[in-house]
Amino acid sequence: MEHFTNPRNVGVIENPDGYGKVGNPVCGDLMEIYIKVKDDIITDIKFKTFGCGSAIATSSMVTELAKGKHVDEAIKITRNDVADELEGLPPQKMHCSNLAADALQAAIKDYKEKKKK
Amino acid sequence: MERIYLDHASSMPVDQRVLEFAKPYLIEKFANPSSLYNMGAENKEVLEAARKKIADLINAENTKSIIFTSCATESNNLAIRGTALRNQKDGKTVLASAIEHISVINPMKELQKNGWNYNIIPVDKYGIIDLSELKKSLPKDTIVTSIMYANNEIGTIEPIKEISKIVHENGKYLHVDATAAAGRIPIDVQKDGIDLLTLSSNDLYGPPGAGALYVKPGVKIQSVMPGGGQERGLRSGTENVFAIAGMGEAAKIAKQEMKKENERLTKIRDKLISEITKIEESYLTGHPTQRLPNHASFRFSHIEGESILLNMDMYNIQIATGSACSSKTLEPSHVLLAIGLKHEEAHGSMVMTLGNSNKIEQVPVIVKAVKETVERLRKLSPLVKK
Repeated sequence: MEHFTNPRNVGVIENPDGYGKVGNPVCGDLMEIYIKVKDDIITDIKFKTFGCGSAIATSSMVTELAKGKHVDEAIKITRNDVADELEGLPPQKMHCSNLAADALQAAIKDYKEKKKK
Repeated sequence: MERIYLDHASSMPVDQRVLEFAKPYLIEKFANPSSLYNMGAENKEVLEAARKKIADLINAENTKSIIFTSCATESNNLAIRGTALRNQKDGKTVLASAIEHISVINPMKELQKNGWNYNIIPVDKYGIIDLSELKKSLPKDTIVTSIMYANNEIGTIEPIKEISKIVHENGKYLHVDATAAAGRIPIDVQKDGIDLLTLSSNDLYGPPGAGALYVKPGVKIQSVMPGGGQERGLRSGTENVFAIAGMGEAAKIAKQEMKKENERLTKIRDKLISEITKIEESYLTGHPTQRLPNHASFRFSHIEGESILLNMDMYNIQIATGSACSSKTLEPSHVLLAIGLKHEEAHGSMVMTLGNSNKIEQVPVIVKAVKETVERLRKLSPLVKK
């Protein structure tokens, strides 16, 4: 509940090093994660989420978990890590935490793609 | 923070007067009404007195036409399955509107699995039944057509009298689920041309655990739960005297106070609607005038209903939503989809149902909470582009 009432890292980053977007408003969930990376360390991270209470809380939690981590470590953050950190989610809500971890992974992949160029 | 409860369609507090009236039937006067000794016979009288009060609320022909059940879901099941099974040699078609309660839809689906035709009647953007479609979808062998008096999610009141005329041109029986409407607006089963009508005790400020089905004299129906044959053989099981006595008293009070309460709640409702629809990209759902006096429902673009509900709860204001996240299926409300909303629009819905604890002075507090909630969630939403 704390991550719903008081979500961390809300917002967007202009010219992000990585950007991930998952979900679809038709299904009732859409998440965007922006990351800023220096020497492969995530120095800043922001999110925007359209969705239920769990979706907002898990987005906030994922950004907290990823901040300051090496990208190779952050990409390993799984759906279960997020739910564990939030001390469990009801089964029909696990889908929401999946989205948050997926959005982070998408942002890191985007960063790696950009780096190659 | 003062609690402002705006979810009366979901559960209502029991009226203190009702509780006082019914309490003895839990403790001193606890006898089974089927028992022959005096204490039992007295409770049989209590059931009959409750029947009379409920018959008066809906202007039923006689008290025999009121069958007590345990809740509205049971009444809906009895009405639909009871008539379909009893009359199957005359036809195998059942009909319902697209916005019926799940306790009407699911018994119909069950019949469909067993070989009945189940036709669904669409509604317009306000939730009013499409009368020309109804005419077209009514084959001669239609046994029961189920249309609710008023919808619990969007507040729209259906033109039951006109519907009844159409239904009886070809079909046999009209069943009306009046759970949301009874006690809020006047219902006259004879003038409206209704064959079966569902009522719920709690929705009249009565104790949970009682419901009723009005069965017009002459309607052919059978029980769906065999047993000891109480309630003219239509609903077996020892009667819940406490809840039924309370339901009767609640019906009596509802009849006496309806007009005044109606006017009082309409003022609050209209103030809420005019203030909340001032918020950017907010819309009323349901009919603007043909709606229940205690019902205000909305949708907001770019935000999601469950987070609206949780955010409003932080102000100690309880509301409901038709969003997918609040359901077990993760599908948005079938009612909102039936009135033509897109999935993403249906997700952002908020339903307020007023009751006796609400006052006009609460309106500014509610409106402020809604404004702040919408603003806050839109700040979080990627769908809002600056």
